[in-house]
Amino acid sequence: MSPRVTGAIAQRVLLQIRHDPRTIALILVVPTVLLVLIKYVFAGNDAIFTSIGPPLCGLFPFVIMFLLTSIAMLRERTTGTLERLMTLPMAKLDLLAGYGVAFGALAAVQAIVVCVTAFVFLGLDAAHGAWLVGLLAIGNAILGMALGLFASAFATTEFQAVQFMPAFILPQLFLCGIFIAREDMADVLYWLSFALPLTYAYDALARATSVAPLDWRFAIDVVVIVGATAAALALGAATLRRRTD
Amino acid sequence: MSAHAEAAILVDDLRVTRGGQPVLHGVSVAVPAGEVAGLLGPSGCGKSTLMRSIMGVQIVASGRVLVLGEPAGSAALRRRVGYVTQAPSVYLDLTVAENLRFFARVLDCPAGRIDEVIATVGLGDVESRIVGALSGGQRSRVSLATALLAEPEVLILDEPTVGLDPVLRKELWSTFHELARGGTTLLISSHVMDEAAECTSLVLMRDGDVLAQTTPDRLRADTGQQDLSAAFLAIIERSGR
Repeated sequence: MSPRVTGAIAQRVLLQIRHDPRTIALILVVPTVLLVLIKYVFAGNDAIFTSIGPPLCGLFPFVIMFLLTSIAMLRERTTGTLERLMTLPMAKLDLLAGYGVAFGALAAVQAIVVCVTAFVFLGLDAAHGAWLVGLLAIGNAILGMALGLFASAFATTEFQAVQFMPAFILPQLFLCGIFIAREDMADVLYWLSFALPLTYAYDALARATSVAPLDWRFAIDVVVIVGATAAALALGAATLRRRTD
Repeated sequence: MSAHAEAAILVDDLRVTRGGQPVLHGVSVAVPAGEVAGLLGPSGCGKSTLMRSIMGVQIVASGRVLVLGEPAGSAALRRRVGYVTQAPSVYLDLTVAENLRFFARVLDCPAGRIDEVIATVGLGDVESRIVGALSGGQRSRVSLATALLAEPEVLILDEPTVGLDPVLRKELWSTFHELARGGTTLLISSHVMDEAAECTSLVLMRDGDVLAQTTPDRLRADTGQQDLSAAFLAIIERSGR
C-alpha cells in the first residue's frame, strides 16, 4: 500500500464527482430538505422531532454513501477500469482506502451542512455537542461506504445495485430503534437487531444527543461501528479479484 | 534464467474454460522480444481470452504463461507490461488529461510523460475534453495512451485500430514499429487480415486453436497466396477444420 496511490484514487473519485455538480447539490441539499420536511410532518407533536431529529443527522450520510459507493464501484467493475487497475502496481487496500478518503470527505461536508441546519436553524439540541453528532455521522458514512463496496460485488447492473438500499439498509433502519424502541419489537427482531451494524450506529447517536452521561455502552457502540467497517472492508477486498472468469 | 529467456511472451499448452465451454484448447505461442506480433483470427476465436491470460487476469484451467520470464500477472510485471482492452477502460466522466494524470500518478511517471503520450496518440486538440464526449476511436486512443505511460517492455493491445481513420491507423502502426525498434515487444490482435501485413510475426487463431505461428512473408510463400486473407483461408483448409 502506498500513500501516493491511495491519494491518486481519492483525488480521482472526487474529480469525477466534481464533474457532476447536480450530484454535489443533491448530496448537500437532500438531507437538509428531508430534515425540514420531518420537522413539519411532526408539527403537532414536536417531542418526536426533538428525539429523532438529531440521530437522523448522523444516519443520512450512512444511507447516501452506501448508495453512492455501491454504484461507483459497480461502474468500476462493469466498465473494465477495475480490471485495468488490477493489472497496475496497486494494492487492493489502496483502492479501498482511496474510496474511503474521498467519500469520507464528502460525508464530512454533508454532515456539516445537515448539522448546522439541525442545531442552528431548526433548534435541535445534542446534549454532548453537535460536533460529536457530526463525527459519528462521518464514521457512519464510512461504514455505509464499506458496506456499499461489499454489496456492489453482488450486483451486475445498476438496477440491482439501487435495490440493495431497500434490501440491506431499510430493514436495518426499521430495526435500529429510531422508530420504536427495540424492546417493544417481536423477540426475534429484538435479538436480530443485535447483529445489525446500524443498531449500534443509532444507539451511539441517541446517547450523544441524550442528557445521560456517556458510559461504556457508548464505547461499545463506537467499537462495533469501527469493527463492522473493518469487517466490511475486508469482505470488500476479498471480492476484488485480480483473476476472473 | 529459463531456457525461453529470449521469448518475451511464452504460452505453453494453455487451456481455458469459460462457463463450462472450452475456449482455448491447449494453445502454445512464443513471441520473441522486439516483435510486432499480430494475433489474427475471427471474432470469438479466443484472441481476447489469450490476451487476458497473458495479462494474468483470466482464470486458466491448465498450462503455463510466462511474460519476461515471470509468471503472467505476477506483481513484478505490473509496471513492465501495458494492456489495452477492446472496450476502452478509462473514466468516461473525466477529461483526457485528468485520466492520464490519474494513471501517471498511480504508475509514478514523471509529469512530462503525459504530454508525450498525448502527442503519440494524436489527442493534443481534445486533451481538456471529457472522454465520454469523444468518438469511439478517440476513446480507444485515450486507453492506448494510458498503457504507454510507464514505457512498458511488453504491450498487449486488443484490437487497438478498430474503427480508426485509415490515416490514423497508418500512423499508429508506425508508432508500434517505432516502439518495437526501442525494444518493446507488442502483441496486437485484429480480426482484419489487412492488418497482418503490418506485423513482423503472426499468430493465426481459429476456434480456440493456434493454426500457425509464422511471418507475413512465410505465410505467402507457404500458401502461394499473395493476398493474406486468401492465405489464411488456405491455412484453415489445410488444417481440415
